[in-house]
Amino acid sequence: MLTNRAKVLENKKMNFWERIYLPAILKGMAITFSHLFKKKATVKYPEVKREFSNNYRGMHVLKRDEKGAERCTACGLCAVACPAEAITIVAGERKAGEEHLYREEKYAISYDINMLRCIFCGLCEEACPKEAVYLTDRITPADYERQGFIYGKDILVEPIDQRIDVSKRKELAQ
Amino acid sequence: MTLVLIFKIALVLIILLITLGIAAYSTYAERKIAAFMQDRIGPDRAGPFGLLQPIADGVKMFMKEEIIPQVSNKWLFILGPCIAMMTACMTSAVIPWGPDVNIYGNVVSLQVADVNIGVLYVFGIVSIGVYGIMIGGWASNNKYSLLGAIRASSQMISYEIAMGLAIIALVMMTGTLSLREISAQQAGANWNILYQPLGFLIFLVCAFAECNRTPFDLPECETELVGGYHTEYSSMKLGFYLFAEYINMFISSAVISTLYFGGYNFPFMNDLGLAPNVVAILGVVALFLKVMFFIFLFMWVRWTIPRFRYDQLMNLGWKSLIPLAMFNIIVTGIVIAFRYGWFNA
Repeated sequence: MLTNRAKVLENKKMNFWERIYLPAILKGMAITFSHLFKKKATVKYPEVKREFSNNYRGMHVLKRDEKGAERCTACGLCAVACPAEAITIVAGERKAGEEHLYREEKYAISYDINMLRCIFCGLCEEACPKEAVYLTDRITPADYERQGFIYGKDILVEPIDQRIDVSKRKELAQ
Repeated sequence: MTLVLIFKIALVLIILLITLGIAAYSTYAERKIAAFMQDRIGPDRAGPFGLLQPIADGVKMFMKEEIIPQVSNKWLFILGPCIAMMTACMTSAVIPWGPDVNIYGNVVSLQVADVNIGVLYVFGIVSIGVYGIMIGGWASNNKYSLLGAIRASSQMISYEIAMGLAIIALVMMTGTLSLREISAQQAGANWNILYQPLGFLIFLVCAFAECNRTPFDLPECETELVGGYHTEYSSMKLGFYLFAEYINMFISSAVISTLYFGGYNFPFMNDLGLAPNVVAILGVVALFLKVMFFIFLFMWVRWTIPRFRYDQLMNLGWKSLIPLAMFNIIVTGIVIAFRYGWFNA
C-alpha cells in the first residue's frame, strides 16, 4: 500500500555537487548553527519543576478523616486490585481508647507498598471503598538500598498537621 | 644573552599554560556547543554557567582508580599517553604568536623558536604523535585497542600525504618553510587563503583527520570499537589522551590560522597609526580569535555530520584529496611560472 509518506527510492548516480559532499555538509552546518539560538528543552529540575498534569499519579498517601483518625480499615481490596502485587497489609482489631486513631473497628497494623513493584496505575485508589488511599503529585525519591523503597505507614500516612491535598483526584473520580 | 634566555623561558611557560588552559576550556566549550546544538543547556552545575566544569573533570580524572591490564606491556602502556601528550605540547614552539614586541629597548619575538623549516618541524612532530596512539593501542593487548590503533595510524599516514601536498603548493608560493616569514608575508589582509583556497580546503579536511575528529574519528569509534585505542585506559592516562586531542585541535587551529589566515595579521594593521607594541598585542588577539573560530569549526562539524565508513575514508584520502592536491600544485606551478615570465622566451 502506498501512503503519501512513502518515498520512492531511486538509484540515480550522484551529481558532482552531491559527490563532493561540501554543499550538503554546509547545509547541515547551517541547521546546527540555527539550533544554537533555539529555545532549550531542558528543565533545570531541582530549581524548576515541570507542571504536573491533573491526573498525575505519584507517591501514595493514606488519608485521615476530619477528626484525624486513619480511614483505612485493612479490607485488603487495594492489595487484591494491585496488578503488581506491591501492597502488603496486616490487619488488626482496634482496642478501647484508640477511637481517635482509627476510624473503624478494624485497622491496618502495617501497610507496606513496595515502590519498586508499584506501577502507579491507580487501581488501589479506585478499589478503596473508604477513600483512604490516594496517589498524589509527590515524586518517589531515589534511594541506594532496595529496603528503602518499601514504604510503611510511617511514610504513607499523612501527618495530622500537614494534610495532603487530594481534591484534584477526587474531582477526577467523579 | 641571559635576557633572551629568560624571555624565551617565560614565553615557553606562558604558551604551555595558555595551551593547557585552552585545551581544558575546549572540553567545556565542546560540551556546551554540543548541548546548544541539540537544544540542551549543557554543564551548568559547577560554578556560574558551569565554568568550573573542566576543573571538576580534572579532579575526577585524578581520583579514578588507575588500572594497568596484567597482559599489557606495562612500560609501553605508560609510554603511549606520555608521547601523545608531549608531542601535542611540542608543536606550539614554532608558531609565531605575534609580531616582535619592544620591551624597554629589547626586541622580543613572540615565537619560541624561529626554525627555518618550521612547517617541516610541525609535520615531524605530528608524525611522532601517531606513535602515542599506536603504542598505547598495541600495548593494551586488546583487540579493540589494536584495531583503533591500526585505524589511527593508517588514517594519519594516508592523510599526511594529502596534507603535505597541500602545503607544498603553499611553500612554492611563499618560497619559505619558516612560519615566521609566512606570517610576515601575509601582512594586512593579504592572506594566503585568497591564493590557495583549494589548498586550504584540503589542509582543513586533513587537519580534521589528523586530529581524529568527526567525521574522521574512526580510531575511537564507540559504536564499533568500544573506546578505540584508549579502551583499556583509565584515570589520568585516559585524561592525557583526551587532553592531547584537544591540544592538537588548538595547535592545528593555530597552524591553519598561521598558514592560510594571516596568523597575527589583521586588516589595516599598519594604517591605524598605532604604536608597534599596541599593534603586536592586537595581533596576538587577532590570532587567538582566528584560533577560537577554528576550534569552534572543529566542534561545529563534529556535532553536524556522522562519521565516515572506513572504505569511504580511504577513498576520500587516496582517490580525491591526493589527486586534488596534485592538481593544486600543478596549477600553482603554472601561475608562478607565468608570473616570473618563464613562458616569455
